[in-house]
Amino acid sequence: MSLALIAALPFLGALLPGLTIRAGRSACALGAGVFTALALGMVALHAPAVLRGEVVQTRIDWLPALGLNANFRLDGLGLLFAGLILGIGLLIILYARFYLDRADPMGRFYTFLMLFQGAMLGIVLSDNILLLLVFWELTSLSSFLLIGYWRHLPEARQGARMALAVTGGGGLALIAGMLILGRIAGSFDLSDILTQREAIQASPLYLPALILILLGAFTKSAQVPFHFWLPHAMAAPTPVSAYLHSATMVKAGLFLLARLWPVLSGTEVWFVLVAGTGLLTMLFAAKVALFKDDLKAILAYSTVSHLGLITFLLGIGTKAAAVAAVVHIVAHASFKAALFMLAGIVDHAVHTRDIRRLGGLRRLMPVTFGLVAVASLSMAGVPPLNGFLSKEMMLEVAAHTPVLGNAWILALLATAGAMLSVAYSLRLLAHGFLGAERGDYPARPHDPVVALWAAPAVLVAFVVAMGLWPMPVAGWLVDAAAGAVTGAAVQTHLALWHGLQSPALWMSLFAFGAGLLVYAAYRPLRDLWEMVVRPEGKAMFDACLGGLGAMAQGITARLHDGALTRFIAIAVVTIVAAAGYGFATGGYVAGSRVLTPVEFAPLVAWGLLVAAIAGAVVLHRQRVLALLLVGVIGLMISVGFAYLAAPDLALTQITVEVVTVVLMLLALNFLPALTPVESGAWRRWRDGVIAGAAGLGVAGLAYALMIRDAAYPAISWFHLAQSKPGAGGTNAVNTIIVDFRGYDTYGEIIVLGIAALVIFALAEALLVPGPANDRLLARNPGEGDAGDVHPMMFVVATRLMLPIAMMVGTYIFLRGHNLPGGGFVAGLVFAIALVMQYLASGQGWTQARQRIDYHAMIGTGVLIASATGAGSWLAGRPFLTSNYGYVHLPPLEEFELATAALFDLGVFFCVLGAVMLALFSLARLAQRGGDRVQARAFDAPLPEDH
Amino acid sequence: MEALVAIAIGLLTAGGIYLMLRQRTYPVILGLSLLSYAVNIFIFAAGRLAPGLPPIIDKAQAGYTDPLPQALVLTAIVISFGMTAVIVLMALGSFLSSGDDRVDGGAE
Repeated sequence: MSLALIAALPFLGALLPGLTIRAGRSACALGAGVFTALALGMVALHAPAVLRGEVVQTRIDWLPALGLNANFRLDGLGLLFAGLILGIGLLIILYARFYLDRADPMGRFYTFLMLFQGAMLGIVLSDNILLLLVFWELTSLSSFLLIGYWRHLPEARQGARMALAVTGGGGLALIAGMLILGRIAGSFDLSDILTQREAIQASPLYLPALILILLGAFTKSAQVPFHFWLPHAMAAPTPVSAYLHSATMVKAGLFLLARLWPVLSGTEVWFVLVAGTGLLTMLFAAKVALFKDDLKAILAYSTVSHLGLITFLLGIGTKAAAVAAVVHIVAHASFKAALFMLAGIVDHAVHTRDIRRLGGLRRLMPVTFGLVAVASLSMAGVPPLNGFLSKEMMLEVAAHTPVLGNAWILALLATAGAMLSVAYSLRLLAHGFLGAERGDYPARPHDPVVALWAAPAVLVAFVVAMGLWPMPVAGWLVDAAAGAVTGAAVQTHLALWHGLQSPALWMSLFAFGAGLLVYAAYRPLRDLWEMVVRPEGKAMFDACLGGLGAMAQGITARLHDGALTRFIAIAVVTIVAAAGYGFATGGYVAGSRVLTPVEFAPLVAWGLLVAAIAGAVVLHRQRVLALLLVGVIGLMISVGFAYLAAPDLALTQITVEVVTVVLMLLALNFLPALTPVESGAWRRWRDGVIAGAAGLGVAGLAYALMIRDAAYPAISWFHLAQSKPGAGGTNAVNTIIVDFRGYDTYGEIIVLGIAALVIFALAEALLVPGPANDRLLARNPGEGDAGDVHPMMFVVATRLMLPIAMMVGTYIFLRGHNLPGGGFVAGLVFAIALVMQYLASGQGWTQARQRIDYHAMIGTGVLIASATGAGSWLAGRPFLTSNYGYVHLPPLEEFELATAALFDLGVFFCVLGAVMLALFSLARLAQRGGDRVQARAFDAPLPEDH
Repeated sequence: MEALVAIAIGLLTAGGIYLMLRQRTYPVILGLSLLSYAVNIFIFAAGRLAPGLPPIIDKAQAGYTDPLPQALVLTAIVISFGMTAVIVLMALGSFLSSGDDRVDGGAE
C-alpha cells in the first residue's frame, strides 16, 4: 500500500494550505514541507531494497477490465526522479516562502505546487501506463495553474495557455501512443511491457506508437520545434520556473524516454528521431541563449539546450550514453534549479532581470555571486563540478558514435554545443556580476536573508560535492537508475580524470577555448545576430491558434448558426445519409422470425393513431386541436402497449399523457392560440421530404429489427428467471426497475427531481421584475372563457374522487412488485388526483388545504431511495442490494415485505413531487398573470367585475 | 403486426421531425413529443412483439416477452415528461421575455 500512499501524500498536502494559511505564511509553508518530507522519508525507506536491485510494487485493481489499475512501481529510475521531485520540492517550498510577496496569495501557491508535486510523483511511480497518462495530464493542468499564478499579468495568462496547449496537445498524442503500445504488448503494465522489446519493435505499429509517444515527450521536454512554450512559461514566479521548468516537469518527457528506453530504443528510427532532435535542440537553443538579455530567458533557453543534450544521449541508444544521460539529469537539475533561484534573488534585490542593466554585482551581492559562479561554471562544464562529469561523458559518447560512417560529425557538433554552453555561462556570470559597479541600478543591490539563499546554497553544495566525490555522492544512485533504464546491472565509474588518451578531454579543452573566443567576440556576433530575421515562435503559435479558431468558427457557423431548424435539418439529413449509405453498401438479409398476425381491434386503434398523427401534423397551426390530437396519439400508444403485452407501459403512458396534456394546456394559456403561416410551399416541401426520408428510414430499421431474432442471446432471460427467486416479485419489469437495475432508476429519479427544480427556477426567473413579468401583469385573462370558473359538478366530482383515486394509487403501488403498477405509476395517479383538485377548485383553495412542499417531497423521495440503498451497507452488501421476506399477520394472508418496495416508495415520492412541482410552477405564472385565485372555491360568489 | 408498428414508428418520426422544423416554439414542442413516442416505441419494439405474453411470472403462461426494453421505456416515458416540461417552460420564458415565439429569434 505504501507506494500508493506516497503518491497520495502530496495530494493530501494540497488540501492543507487552504487551512494552514489562516495560521500564517510560515505555517502554510511548513504544512506543505511536512507532507513533502514525509513522502521523501517513505521513499527513502524503500531505497535500500531498490538499490539492491529490487523493484518495489504496489498493485491495486481499479478497472481491471480496461487494464486500468492503480499499479505503482519503484525502481532505480523512479527512485532518482522521486528523490529529485521531493528533494528539490522541499528546497522550493522553503525558497518560495521567502520569495513570494506579502500580497501574493500563498495558500493558493502551495496548493498548486503540491498538486503538481503529486502529479509528477505519480508519473515516476506509475507502473500502469494508463495511470501514468492520468498523472501526465495532471502535470499539464497543474503547471497551467502555476504558470498563470500571477493572473493579473497578461503574459502569465498567455504563457500558461500556451504551455497547456502545447503540452496538453502532446499529451493527447501520448495517450494514443501509449494505447497502441499497450495493445502491442497486451498489457498496460510497465512490468509486462518492458519485457517485450522484440514483439514491440517487430510490430508494424511500432513506428506510429513511437512517433506519438515522442510527440508527447518532446512537447513536455520542450524539444525543437515545440520548445517555444518554455521561455514563455517564465512568466511564472521564479520558484515555479526553478521547480517545473528546470528540475522536474520538463524532465517528465526525458523520464518517459528513459522509462521506455528498453523497449523503444536501439532502432534506426529511434536514433534518427531522438538523437537528431536532441542534437538540434541542444545547438539551436544554446545559440539563442547566448543572445538573450533576460536572466530567466537565458536560463530557459539553456534549459532547452540541456534537455536537448539529454535527449540526444538517450537517442544514441547505447548503455554508456544512457548512463551519461542519467548523470546529466542529476547534474542539470542541481545547477539549473540553483541558477533559477539565484536569478530570482537578483530580481528581488535589483528589481530587474535584464542583464544589460546589471553588472558589477560581485561586491554588492557577494554570497549570491559566489553561488552563481559555482553553478554557472558547472553549467559551463568546468572541473571539478558535476556539470563537467556529465559533459565529459557526453563528449566521450559522441566521439564514439559514428554517423554515416564518420566519427567526426557527432564529435564536432557535440563540441560545438559544449562551446556555446561555455560562452553563455560566461556571459551570464561576467555581464551579470563582474565589471564595474554601476550607479543606475533600479534598486540598491544587496544579499537576501539567509533563508532565501539557503535553498540554492544546498544545491550548489551538492554540485561541488558530486563533482569532487562523484562515487560516494551520486554513484550508487546513478548505478541504480541507469540499471533501471538499461535493464541490466550497471557499474559506473564516475571520475573527473580519465587520462590523456580520452578524446573527451581534448574536446573539452577545445570547447573551453572556443567558448572563451565566442565570449570575447560577443559584440560583433551580437550585431550579426541582430541583423538576421528570426521566426518568432509565439507569433507562429498565435497565428496557428488563430487560424484553427477561425476555421472552427467557420465550420460551426456553417453548420450551426444558432438557428435550431437549420441545425435539426442538417443533423437529420446527415444521419439519414449515413444510414442510407450503410444500408446501400451492407448486405441486407430479410429476417426469419414468425410474424405476429394482425387482429381487428388493434387495426382500428392503429387507424386512429395514424389519423391522429396526420391530423396533428396537418392541423398543427390550431394549437388546442393539435394538442388534443397528440393526446389521442398518446392514448392509442397506450392501448398498443396494453395489447403488445406491456401493461406497465400502458399504465405509465396513459397517466403521463394526462399530466402532459394538462401541462401543455396551462402553457397554451400564455401562448398564441394559432401558429401563423410563415414558411412558403417550397420550404414545407423541403421539410416534408427530410422528415419523410427520416420516417421511412426509421420505419425500415424498426421493421428489419422486428422480423429477426436477436443476434446474441438477450440478458433479459436472466431477469425473468431471477425475478421471483432473486428479487421476490413476479412483475419482471418492476423487479428490473427497483431491483436489478435499481441504480439506473436511482439516477433517473434524481434527474427527474432536478428537472422539476429547473422548471421551478425558470418560473421564478420569469416572476422577477422584468419584461416577462410585465407581460404577465399586462395579461387580460378570462376573455372568452366560460362564465363559470369552478363548475359545481366538476368540483363535487373531483372531491369525491380524491380519496378513491388515492386508494387506487396505493393499490397500484402495493401490487407493483407482482402485478403491473409500482412507484412510477402510483406517483402519476396521485399527481392526477391532486391536479384535478387544482383544476376544479382553484389553486388558492387547494393550496390552502394542502400543506405539502413539493421540493421537500422530491427530497424525501431521493432520501428514501438513498437510505434504502445505503441500508444494504449495514448488511455488508453493495449499494442497493435488495432483500425480501414473507410476513404472516394472523387475520391477513401471508404477504411479502421487500426492501425494493421501500425504494419504490422513494420513486413514488420523487415522481409525485416532480410532476406537481412542474405543474405548480406553471400555475404560479398563471396566478401572476391575473387568474382569479381565491381561498374558497365555488362556495363563495365571484366578484361581479372579476 | 410488425409492419403496422414499424409504420407507426415511421409516421411518428416523420411527423415529429416535420413539426420540429417549424419556426414557432409550440409546434417544435409537439414535434419533440411525437419523436419521443417514436423512440420509446422503437426501444420497446427491440424486445420484439409478443401479444398476450406479459412479463409477469405465471406458471400458466406459455412464455414471456422481453421485460428489459419495457423497463427502459417505462422510465423514459416519465423522464420525457420532465424534459417536455422543461422545454415548455423555456418556450414560455422566451415568449414572455421577448413577446415572440419564434425558435430562431427572428425571420430567417
